[in-house]
Amino acid sequence: MTDRSADILPADQSIGEVSEQLTGIPLHFPAWRRWVAAMIFACLLLVLLMVSITALFTRGVGIWGINIPVNWAFAIHNYVWWLGIGHAGTLISAFLLLTGSEWRNSLNRFAETMTLFAVICAGIYPVLHLGRPWYLYWMFPYPATMGVWPQFRSPLEWDIWAVLTYLMVSLAFWYTGLIPDLAAARDRAKSRGWQLFFGITALGWRGSAAHWSRWSQAFRLTAGLAVPLVVSVHSEVSLLFAAGQIPGWHSTIFPPYFVLGAAFSGFAVVSIIAIALRSWFALENLVTDEHLDLLGKVLLATGLMTAYGYIFEVFDALYSGGAHEMQTLVDRLAGAYAWTYWGAIVFNFIPLQALWWQSVRRSGWALLLISISVAVGMWLERYMILVTSLYRDFLVSSWGAFTPTFWDWSTYFGTIGLFLVPFLIAIRVIPLISIFETEELLQEEQEEKHG
Amino acid sequence: MAERVYGLLAEFDSPETLITAARDARDAGYRRLDAFTPFPVEGLSSILGIPRPRISRVGLIGGFGGAAVALLMQCYVNYDYPLDVGGRPLYAISAFAVVMFELTILFSALSMIVAMLWQNGLPRLNYPVFAARRFSLASKDRFFLCVKGDDEAFEPGKTAAFLTKAGALSVELVPS
Repeated sequence: MTDRSADILPADQSIGEVSEQLTGIPLHFPAWRRWVAAMIFACLLLVLLMVSITALFTRGVGIWGINIPVNWAFAIHNYVWWLGIGHAGTLISAFLLLTGSEWRNSLNRFAETMTLFAVICAGIYPVLHLGRPWYLYWMFPYPATMGVWPQFRSPLEWDIWAVLTYLMVSLAFWYTGLIPDLAAARDRAKSRGWQLFFGITALGWRGSAAHWSRWSQAFRLTAGLAVPLVVSVHSEVSLLFAAGQIPGWHSTIFPPYFVLGAAFSGFAVVSIIAIALRSWFALENLVTDEHLDLLGKVLLATGLMTAYGYIFEVFDALYSGGAHEMQTLVDRLAGAYAWTYWGAIVFNFIPLQALWWQSVRRSGWALLLISISVAVGMWLERYMILVTSLYRDFLVSSWGAFTPTFWDWSTYFGTIGLFLVPFLIAIRVIPLISIFETEELLQEEQEEKHG
Repeated sequence: MAERVYGLLAEFDSPETLITAARDARDAGYRRLDAFTPFPVEGLSSILGIPRPRISRVGLIGGFGGAAVALLMQCYVNYDYPLDVGGRPLYAISAFAVVMFELTILFSALSMIVAMLWQNGLPRLNYPVFAARRFSLASKDRFFLCVKGDDEAFEPGKTAAFLTKAGALSVELVPS
């Protein structure tokens, strides 16, 4: 993926122009009307979340459709979905940095921003699901008067460490990469307010050679740590399922299956955001058709790897020969929730096949629709994994069903507001494409041109 | 030196001219050099004689620290409140591995970033070079070489003439 004969960015633009263009987005915001419209929509969703959480805290988790046996449904299903989306941001900025895939430079900033807020959306779900969320602090090891400690041999306890670590490392990595760009925006800022804001957030960065060399080392090493971190976090999430003995969950394919599915859904959302932002802010010179082409290829590759997980899951059940495993397989293919299984297959893998054609990958609209289909498909997949395994337990006497209630849906749509509001604020106030990395790439391309 | 001077700041329009000038300055005997660039320029710090950063060691120590904290914490918790779950081992290293791994990465990453800021002397609100007229371009498309005033070979007039000869677009004296 790294060796490309053609330039990824049009080399006829000067680095000064690019810097002006990108710092100009927060400083002289070009798209007020659309931004305000999007913000109003996002705020309405956020209000919906507030209302839902208030209702939840007042009346308890009984307002959701969960029950025994389906005690994990929307809360954990959406938790996995959001967290998976977040992972693509880290993979783009860290993994592709280490492999020297310079096309990431136009995508990494907003992908990382997406990661941060997706992880927050994911993180609130298990807390809401606690039933008594005010006892959240019981998850932390503190010398309690009760004399008990958290149980570190349980995946449920690993979870909070994994997610909080992921959130903190993502935040630190995002901010470290942002510092030089905040300094660039500070130096272009004309109004007092922006000078103060960027002056403080840039931490006094001055681009000194000694600073850059320390910064580069810290940045690359943190990226090197972030890649195994992503893999470990979603593997750990999959262990929430695989470490139990529930049929349909108790499988060794789960960690890679979850990680790849996470990357798949995440790259779909990155594509959606890339296409939206590029048309919104006229960034065609930086997010080129070449980028969409590459995103389409990555989406296709991760999609096919996820499809392998589906195949292996079926094989796993057949090979085990366990009666309950077989029953769960039949339930998935033909049970009451078969629509989630076939829905996942159709939305995830059917439109995806169009990405074999380059003309589709290079067309913004086609890639956008396929990406939306993948986001929906992966949402259905998480639904399927949760509900089809739980609704028919080992004992026939404890079989049940799950139907999402209004509050299930309202909380879910509300988290989309929780994602969009800070994301819109971020694209309003920070350079949404990494300026110095784009300049560096342009400089290299121009150097090659001139000999 | 009568008046206190931070140094002389010379402006260049490309990384190549900056590197050539930096090399010339080293050859001319200047030792207290720094450069200000919009993006990291490869090979520049070795030409300027800036020692290789040692952030990686901090990261290594942080990583071992995180692993040790996680292991000791989990062992102590199980020692202080032993819970027999079907006869499974209390000190289950395989079960402790996940939190150990997470804290290794957390401590390592955060310690490196804190060390980077600390060694760079950031955050700080002001710095002498910000007073230079054209310095704001250092975050855009200009590349600055700085010969510091405490360099033994530094003489304002001679050094400025040297920098102009090296191809600088502008040369400015920065007060400290």
